[in-house]
Amino acid sequence: MTGAPTTTAIAPGASASPAPDDILLRLEDVHTYYGQIHALQGVSLEVRRGEIVTLIGANGAGKTTTLKTISGLLHPRQGKISFEGKDISRTPAHQLVRAGIGHSPEGRRIFSRLTILENLKMGAFTRPQDEIQGDLDHVFELFPRLKERISQRGGSLSGGEQQMLAIGRAMMARPRVLLLDEPSLGLSPILVQQIFAIIQEINSSGTTILLVEQNALQALIVANRGYVLQTGHVALSGASADLRENEMVRKAYLGE
Amino acid sequence: MTVNLPRFARPLGIGAVALIVEYLLLGTQQFANALTLGAIYALIALGYTMVYGIVELINFAHGDVFMVGSFLAMWIMTTIFGLTGPVTNLVNLVGLLAIVMLATMVGMGLIGAFIERVAYRPLRHAPRLAPLITAIGVSFILQNIIATAFGPSPVNFPQIVPADKFALMGARIAYLNLFIVIMAVVLMIALQVFIGRTRLGRAMRSTAQDREAAELMGVDINQTIAITFFIAAALAGAGGMVQGLYAGSIKFDLGFFVGLKAFTAAVLGGIGNTTGAAIGGFVIAFVEVYATVIGYTQWSEVAVFTVLILVLVFRPSGLLGQQLGERA
Repeated sequence: MTGAPTTTAIAPGASASPAPDDILLRLEDVHTYYGQIHALQGVSLEVRRGEIVTLIGANGAGKTTTLKTISGLLHPRQGKISFEGKDISRTPAHQLVRAGIGHSPEGRRIFSRLTILENLKMGAFTRPQDEIQGDLDHVFELFPRLKERISQRGGSLSGGEQQMLAIGRAMMARPRVLLLDEPSLGLSPILVQQIFAIIQEINSSGTTILLVEQNALQALIVANRGYVLQTGHVALSGASADLRENEMVRKAYLGE
Repeated sequence: MTVNLPRFARPLGIGAVALIVEYLLLGTQQFANALTLGAIYALIALGYTMVYGIVELINFAHGDVFMVGSFLAMWIMTTIFGLTGPVTNLVNLVGLLAIVMLATMVGMGLIGAFIERVAYRPLRHAPRLAPLITAIGVSFILQNIIATAFGPSPVNFPQIVPADKFALMGARIAYLNLFIVIMAVVLMIALQVFIGRTRLGRAMRSTAQDREAAELMGVDINQTIAITFFIAAALAGAGGMVQGLYAGSIKFDLGFFVGLKAFTAAVLGGIGNTTGAAIGGFVIAFVEVYATVIGYTQWSEVAVFTVLILVLVFRPSGLLGQQLGERA
């Protein structure tokens, strides 16, 4: 049900103009700093309801910074972020979780001393604790391996299992948009396939996804649209299929 | 691979062994004293360890928070309830103890959260030495406030618990000791349940491990840290009240040595680990009482701080400390 129209033009900022209420998340000329470092230098992008959108780019291009700025861990010094039409540029991270933004951060960041179940319950921290059983069942359906280890500590899991836990944990808040930062990093090729299949499954059950990936080819296969980040700004954007054919993308990110 | 014992097995085992050894070495009478003293140290040590766990700050003002707690309890007893001597009616006594304790804990909790707000939160992103020095400054401030308000000499603490004793296995033990130990155990169990089983407890543990990730779960970090300081100070307040009852008089500088000993207990148990802090409190009290029993009273503090040095040199993570570097 990825009904949003995909753009065909490949040019910075180019997009067909969808109905305004179709846009779930919009960044307009966002500038973010780490102290003196000007990490995002005017990023503009949008994510529509039901899409998978991917951000690709080299290390240090600003992919993780973009996600952190959206989820409120960082705040833009200039520009505007709106979610469901509301300005969230200054909203602290913990309130954005309630608003519907889920963020599975780079490096998984699971709570290694908490059990699997406790990690998942933390994911549902903002929700009434007696309403989460259905979501737990859903996560265990997606990741049966987590169910087998429900009372083990997070730190005892393998890298792939930790990634599953990180995604499952972010799902527990029932986000309307899920930000995934490098979900395939450090995983074996078979696990990478599994994770991408699950990302599509999560999306097809109604969650919009903004995906940051090193694995640009895979990301452009599952995503509807993509943005290419270069040194803190959007260099290129368009439908995934078109980006896959683009000369510059093929050379720089698909290794051809 | 390690054997998969239930998680509580190791602390329980260490605690049980420590208690049995203490009992065998001390005999009933002195064991009762060590338990009472240990209960007080444990209540304070919990605060050191909880605060360190969540903001990685050794809160050197915590011993003085304990001291302020004893003065607050004394003030509530004398000024609000007009108490000066023993309360003989058991129902009244229990009721008064409960009310004074609750009021002291809430009052100290608020003071603890206030100190965090004005003294530590502004320095949350400063180099770690800054809040440490601030903590020492807070310590001086608290001592001087109390010395100004109540004078620099020891102040009598109303002895509302009658000095009656009961016989137990050849020893005569004051009811006060019984009350202190039971109260401390109840508070510690309540704390464990809170941290281990509740939503806010999980939020605290998550924040302690990875603040940013906890934030991404929707945890309000400032609120969680404030709650941690509240609980730490409330427990110290309870400790301060029973310290007053136990010692009979209190003084503005009493927090320094007791605080250092409780800090030693927290380090011994493994800083950041609440069960460890409780066990550490009882072990430190044992060391102190044992030194007295074998005739080295004036060396008891040396013994305690020798333990601190030995732990720091040979097992800095403490009895139950977290292994470092477990993040993948």
